[in-house]
Amino acid sequence: MSDLAIFILDAAVKSFIIVMGLITGFAYTTLLERRFIAMIQQRIGPNRAGPGGFLQPAADAVKLIFKEDIIPTNADKVVFMLAPMITTIPALIVLAVVPLGKSVTLFGHTTSLGIADINVGVLYILAVTSISVYGIVLAGWASANKFAMMGGLRSSAQMISYELAMGLSILAPVMLVGSLSLGDMIDAQKNMWFIVLQPLAGLIFYITLLAETNRAPFDLPDAEQELTAGYHSEYSGMKFGAFFLAEYVKMIAVSAIFATVFLGGFRFFGLESLPIHIGAIDLTGWLGPIILIAKIVPSLLLMVWIRATLPRIRYDYLMALGWKILLPLSLLNLIVTAVLVVLGVFPTFGA
Amino acid sequence: MLGTILFFILALIAILAAIGMLTSTNAVHATLFLVINFTCIALFYLGLNAPFLAMVQITVYAGAIMVLFLFVIMLLGAERVQLNSTLRWQVPLGIVLVVALMVVSAVVLLSPEVSISLPSVAPVAADTQSEGSNYGFGSAQAIGEVLFNRYLLPFEMTGVLLLVAMVGAIVLARDEAGKTIHNLNPQADSESSAAD
Repeated sequence: MSDLAIFILDAAVKSFIIVMGLITGFAYTTLLERRFIAMIQQRIGPNRAGPGGFLQPAADAVKLIFKEDIIPTNADKVVFMLAPMITTIPALIVLAVVPLGKSVTLFGHTTSLGIADINVGVLYILAVTSISVYGIVLAGWASANKFAMMGGLRSSAQMISYELAMGLSILAPVMLVGSLSLGDMIDAQKNMWFIVLQPLAGLIFYITLLAETNRAPFDLPDAEQELTAGYHSEYSGMKFGAFFLAEYVKMIAVSAIFATVFLGGFRFFGLESLPIHIGAIDLTGWLGPIILIAKIVPSLLLMVWIRATLPRIRYDYLMALGWKILLPLSLLNLIVTAVLVVLGVFPTFGA
Repeated sequence: MLGTILFFILALIAILAAIGMLTSTNAVHATLFLVINFTCIALFYLGLNAPFLAMVQITVYAGAIMVLFLFVIMLLGAERVQLNSTLRWQVPLGIVLVVALMVVSAVVLLSPEVSISLPSVAPVAADTQSEGSNYGFGSAQAIGEVLFNRYLLPFEMTGVLLLVAMVGAIVLARDEAGKTIHNLNPQADSESSAAD
């Protein structure tokens, strides 16, 4: 086989595994959310399907697949069909630039864990998140329903507002590293996590991630009580399932990005390259993805906890928080970081 | 070879999207066609080994500006594009002018007197360095270096111009009392002024 064919096959297999992993992760994040919220609200939660409710996601999937798929008469049919796809794809592809571990050898073929650690990884993340707003806006518009439309408008305003603070807060760690590649960023956090050096940027980034994923307390686009579920009011069956999937996959993806930028990614102070051998099989390097997952799960639990605890914030407060608090704060943090970097206060991370 | 094939596929998509944008009678559809066109252009940049430019093209044009377009179209409910009867004569005239412009440009570009080298389809090798830079061609570092050294003045002037435009827009949208008049969300505004 030529080098090109091997390269394409390698990337395709890894992409397939990551997409399948994300979809499985989605299924069990829904269960995690329902059981954890039930625990907080002193209920039991879904525990009938399988041991401890373990098969609940499968039951939900079967229900969604067999539901009737309704398209409203006045809907813009093509855009109505496209919207769930446009929402799902960015959620699935954003992890392509996140390294999941060091390179491993499998069947004599050495491959890096992660699809493409490109030198503009951070920009890629910002580009993909800026595209992901289309799905929600178009779903709202194509449904020909005023509640859905309202949800779509809210979501576009919210995402435009919070993207700025998100971009500015992620620039502070980029300045420390001097590289836009997430691999370089993880290497720079070998000895100290950036959440320690950049606590404010980390906090702002986490808040804006919640807004970008439309999670509570920023879930105004699909506010059940006021908008009858907002942009996906008119969607049923698997098209609704696609929006549902996109939300939870985005939760996992942004948790992985947060862990990579601020919590050292797949590294845990040398644990990731611990040599492991089971018999003749060399398992060195496979701890990387496990460490990353161990950093994602607490972040998911935190998101569920926030949803169970905080009320939805009002629309004008949402805008005020984004434009009047988060944006100036992240700008200030950026300026202070720039000055400190020039003065040489921060340790230099070779780029 | 692979680069050439990809180029022609992308070029076809870009041109079809541009035609779709011009001919669709629904403003939202036209916006979406334009987004496809912008994405194709971003992929061209990638093919020419300018990853930074490609990502910025998607973030700024496809991600921010077109979302704003959609926002305004949806807010005003101006999806239906009505071809005004007084403007109908412009369509054939436009086609004639465009064809004439393309023929003239082709003649000028391909004539032997004009010695310009057409941009190559093949990507520049990744290790090619930009002129006078220590970084790879088209990388974020190389662009930053050029932007903040050689083109510092135009860069800063553009920044000031954008700031002035923004301040101007805010001033125009306010009346003397400092209350917004061109309000997009009257309900939220009345709530916020009540809260103030």
